[in-house]
Amino acid sequence: MAKVVVVTSGKGGVGKTTSTAGLGTALAQTGQTVVVVDFDVGLRNLDLVLGAERRVVFDFINVVQGAVKLHQALIRDKRVETLWLLPASQTRDKDALSDEGVARVIAELRTRFDWILCDSPAGIERGATLAMRHADAAVIVTNPEVSSVRDSDRIIGLLDSKTEKAERGERIDKHILITRYDAGRASRGEMLNITDVLEILSLPLLGIIPESEEVLRASNLGTPVVLNNPASPPARAYLEAARRLMGEQLDVKVPSEKRGLFTKLFGRRAA
Amino acid sequence: MNWSLFFRRSNSAPVARERLQILLAHERSALGRSNLIAVLQEEILAAISRHVSVEPDKVQVKMDRGATVSTLEIEVEIPNLATALAANS
Repeated sequence: MAKVVVVTSGKGGVGKTTSTAGLGTALAQTGQTVVVVDFDVGLRNLDLVLGAERRVVFDFINVVQGAVKLHQALIRDKRVETLWLLPASQTRDKDALSDEGVARVIAELRTRFDWILCDSPAGIERGATLAMRHADAAVIVTNPEVSSVRDSDRIIGLLDSKTEKAERGERIDKHILITRYDAGRASRGEMLNITDVLEILSLPLLGIIPESEEVLRASNLGTPVVLNNPASPPARAYLEAARRLMGEQLDVKVPSEKRGLFTKLFGRRAA
Repeated sequence: MNWSLFFRRSNSAPVARERLQILLAHERSALGRSNLIAVLQEEILAAISRHVSVEPDKVQVKMDRGATVSTLEIEVEIPNLATALAANS
């Protein structure tokens, strides 16, 4: 059965698009069919991170408005054949997305894909609430930093009230994905640690993506980090997070300060 | 070299944690998400201040939110009643 997952955060610049690309690619590598949908109308970037920017002809808004068929706007990844992209429009604004139109496109995507990953725009305005509207699960991307944690808390409130599932009285599965984690700074007490963030937000952990130059290198090249350097720490963290999203019970290892000296097991179970 | 300054600088994460816990408790209740901890804090302080005057800077509030259990620690410094009475007589 298809699963709609929104990747959201409230705050901008924490790694929603990188994480959508990373998780989407990792899920698709297991053979499941995945579509990543860019909801950031006017500021699309998922195409760029996936290296598909020159292949965009039609976009999400064209499909929502019924101007083109869904398959005309979908772009198939050249490296992972079960991964597809539905790009946002760069020229229109978010008001061009109607509630009914988005509902119809999501319903059609559900019939064609195992996973639908919605890359939310930053903020708590209509673009963000549209991206979460039809979600079965949410990945809340959080940096270990006060403003990001506060905004995540705000987004969690919206996920519990503004989604279709919440309105039907059901619960949406929520997971925290901590990105840009610097083990050295956390161990020296300069950065909120994993326990702090999870206690404050009281949600299960999907994964910890360490701060790494590999992430910028991958986006420079337009290749998700899980393809560009699969053995690197952030790539392995995304691959493991994707397995947890698929329901596998895997302990989360907190990255340790020294490379090679492997990580102590983190007691908390991921959901 | 002032070593206390050095140590204070490197341990900013606990400060971040405390600030967030208190801030979010207020924001959650203001935004209508039920927050027992914030309600308890408010009512406990109100009850104490009905009997003794509580100075705001003599109140320490600490919260720990867990998945199943949350704890609220309130430390209120109350002036010694005997001393206060002796001073008045």
